[in-house]
Amino acid sequence: MDNKEDNKKNRRNFLKNGLTIGGSMLALGMGSAAAEDSSGNGKSSGKKIKVLTTDGKVLEVDEPKDDCRIDPCAPPKGKAARHGIPGRSFVMVIDLARCQNARKCIEGCQKGHNLSPDQEWLNVYLMKDHKEGEPYWFPRQCFHCDIPPCVKVCPVGATYKRQDNIVLVDFDRCIGCKFCMTACPYSVRIFNWEKPPESDVPKEEYSPESSVPGQIGTVSKCDFCPDRSREGKLPYCASGCPMGAIYFGDKNEDAVSNGTETLRFKKLIRDRVGYRYLDELGTEPNVYYLPPVERMFDYKSGLKGLPEEKQEVYRSIIEGETTNND
Amino acid sequence: MENSSDLMRKLARNLEKPSMQWYTWVTILCIIVLFGVYALIRQIQEGQIITGMRDNAVWGIYTANFIFFMGLSYAGAIVSCSFQLLRIQWAKPLLRMAELITVSTLIVGAPYILFCLGRLDRIHYLLVFGRIQSPITWDVIAISTDLIFCIAFLYFTHIRDFAKLRDLEGLNVSKWRKKLYGFLALNYRGTPLQKKYLHQAHDIMAAIIIPTAVIAYSLLSWLFGMSLKPGWHSTIFGPYFVVTAAYSGVAFLIIIMWLYRKSRKLEEYITNKHFNYMAFGLILLTMGYGYFTFSEYITDWYNQTSAMSRLLEKFLIFPEYAALQLFHVIFTMVVPLIVLGFPWFRSINSITLVSVFIVIALWVKRYLIVVPPLETPFIPIQDVRPDWVHYSMSWVEITMTISGMALIVLIFTIASKLAPIIPVAEIEDVQDESKPVIRFKTKGV
Repeated sequence: MDNKEDNKKNRRNFLKNGLTIGGSMLALGMGSAAAEDSSGNGKSSGKKIKVLTTDGKVLEVDEPKDDCRIDPCAPPKGKAARHGIPGRSFVMVIDLARCQNARKCIEGCQKGHNLSPDQEWLNVYLMKDHKEGEPYWFPRQCFHCDIPPCVKVCPVGATYKRQDNIVLVDFDRCIGCKFCMTACPYSVRIFNWEKPPESDVPKEEYSPESSVPGQIGTVSKCDFCPDRSREGKLPYCASGCPMGAIYFGDKNEDAVSNGTETLRFKKLIRDRVGYRYLDELGTEPNVYYLPPVERMFDYKSGLKGLPEEKQEVYRSIIEGETTNND
Repeated sequence: MENSSDLMRKLARNLEKPSMQWYTWVTILCIIVLFGVYALIRQIQEGQIITGMRDNAVWGIYTANFIFFMGLSYAGAIVSCSFQLLRIQWAKPLLRMAELITVSTLIVGAPYILFCLGRLDRIHYLLVFGRIQSPITWDVIAISTDLIFCIAFLYFTHIRDFAKLRDLEGLNVSKWRKKLYGFLALNYRGTPLQKKYLHQAHDIMAAIIIPTAVIAYSLLSWLFGMSLKPGWHSTIFGPYFVVTAAYSGVAFLIIIMWLYRKSRKLEEYITNKHFNYMAFGLILLTMGYGYFTFSEYITDWYNQTSAMSRLLEKFLIFPEYAALQLFHVIFTMVVPLIVLGFPWFRSINSITLVSVFIVIALWVKRYLIVVPPLETPFIPIQDVRPDWVHYSMSWVEITMTISGMALIVLIFTIASKLAPIIPVAEIEDVQDESKPVIRFKTKGV
């Protein structure tokens, strides 16, 4: 049989079925690492599945077990947690046209990371770029910068940059000097001012990748959920967003997914004029924004049901003449 | 002219058996310090939730105190060391006070940055996992170096007086004190060789301390300057901080001079001339400080970048920081120039009063450096509990600030009970006309 034809057929089939959620997870969670796994090391479920590589080839590989897409499965501790997942280059794209301030991303994140109601690892800001500008909602995670100012200033190396793009905090090492919080230009980091809420996860199982349980007197922040990536899941915020505004993926695979669709990262950024917030500061963020054009919602729909004091804050921005952002 | 033991005998009277009054005073100070210890224990137990610091204003008056006390320590570094090197004779009576300021404020001030730590139990990580890339590590190294040098210098300048106290007949102090003097004097007998070496040691330490202090305070300013934050990200911060530190140090020295002059009846040694000369120095520093402050604000204001304008606006709005800013401008730049600049305003008391206001206003300035920029991040604060937006100091921070001040006073009280506050041996060098003043050596002369 002609190999090429077979490939084509396979590909057609694959595309016809569409990229299901499972497929998108696969693109996220497996890639080359999983392909190398095909010899079978006990982590596969025994079934074969087909995957599409970035250059359009179809590969047949063992389907990994549901709870483990990346080896090792459990989030590593100590030194191993400082290296990052090999071959990965995590990236996030946020489609501002889809954000409605539903705040499900925040809820999911707080629940998943066992945060108190006062602790928000991601915020949704109401932005108004200039006097004539129409306000828009702006979710802001940690940007996991390639030149992270926070990592530069840490006196003990408690916060560090990994080879998979992620910037993590090791609660076991953090001395709580808060210098990183002053260094971050995006106000991303938060502090455990008091004892964090009780967690089901025992302290012995703590890994900087899962960021649970928190510790009093240490700094914490958005961690891009690498523990969920290992399981082939999207971060809490991306999977929690009902509008699918948050795409998460791998730059090396050139794919990002919001759980319902998987897109080519480069093409998406090129076609939709993706930009990075405060890029001029030279921090090289890994979170990209798609400008809020052709919006799915009016920004006002995000104001409904908010308490009066919040409305007050937002009103001053909507009516304000001064630029809000930058 | 008094001869050596006369002057020492006169001043040593202050060192003899402490009075009831002295003990009461020390007890009061100890109680205030203990309040601070209690506040610190509470903070460690309950977490920093009981301070006023929150997610935006992550640093508060601890950091302001840290810069402030480090600044005061410049009195010794600049005044004492440069006077030592320049052989300025009239300033001899002030040297020990200046050095004591340096050591006491360094000892008290340096820990304030540690009180900001959420995990004081992990303080040794600074050494175990220390990263040289972090400005905090620079500070740890620079300040501890500075402290060691300054303690050494303070001790060197005491050796000859300890020897005099050891040899003083009829000094009414307890036996252990006598023994202590003997031990601390390091068998100094005033032989020409000992004299020469001690003098060289003074000079070397003075020459080392001046750059060390400049480096330490510049590094401290870079805690802020290295940040991208509007209001902190400034190339002028290094020299600006150094000038500010010298300014507050000299003002503080004047206050200490006044206090000892009154309490120890030292009118004979700390004279009108000293206050006047220090006031002249203060005028120069006022102008230097004003110049730096002006150039700092004018360059930020002229360009009107949006993040910066939001910060500068806060300095002009009264519910925000206009009142503090106005206080700072008036008492660091306007009032000192008027009061110190015109002879008919200038008296020992007015110079001291102005100095008090300068020191307070410079504390306010440190507060304005730390807090408003933290409350003005690039992304304006929106989604935070309303009571978390603004910094307001809590009882814990206030208690610890006051107890830090009490600790400085306590160190002074005890140190000046141990040795005369006026460096006797140094003054005798000046008074003893038979001995030529040691001059600068030049090759071939």
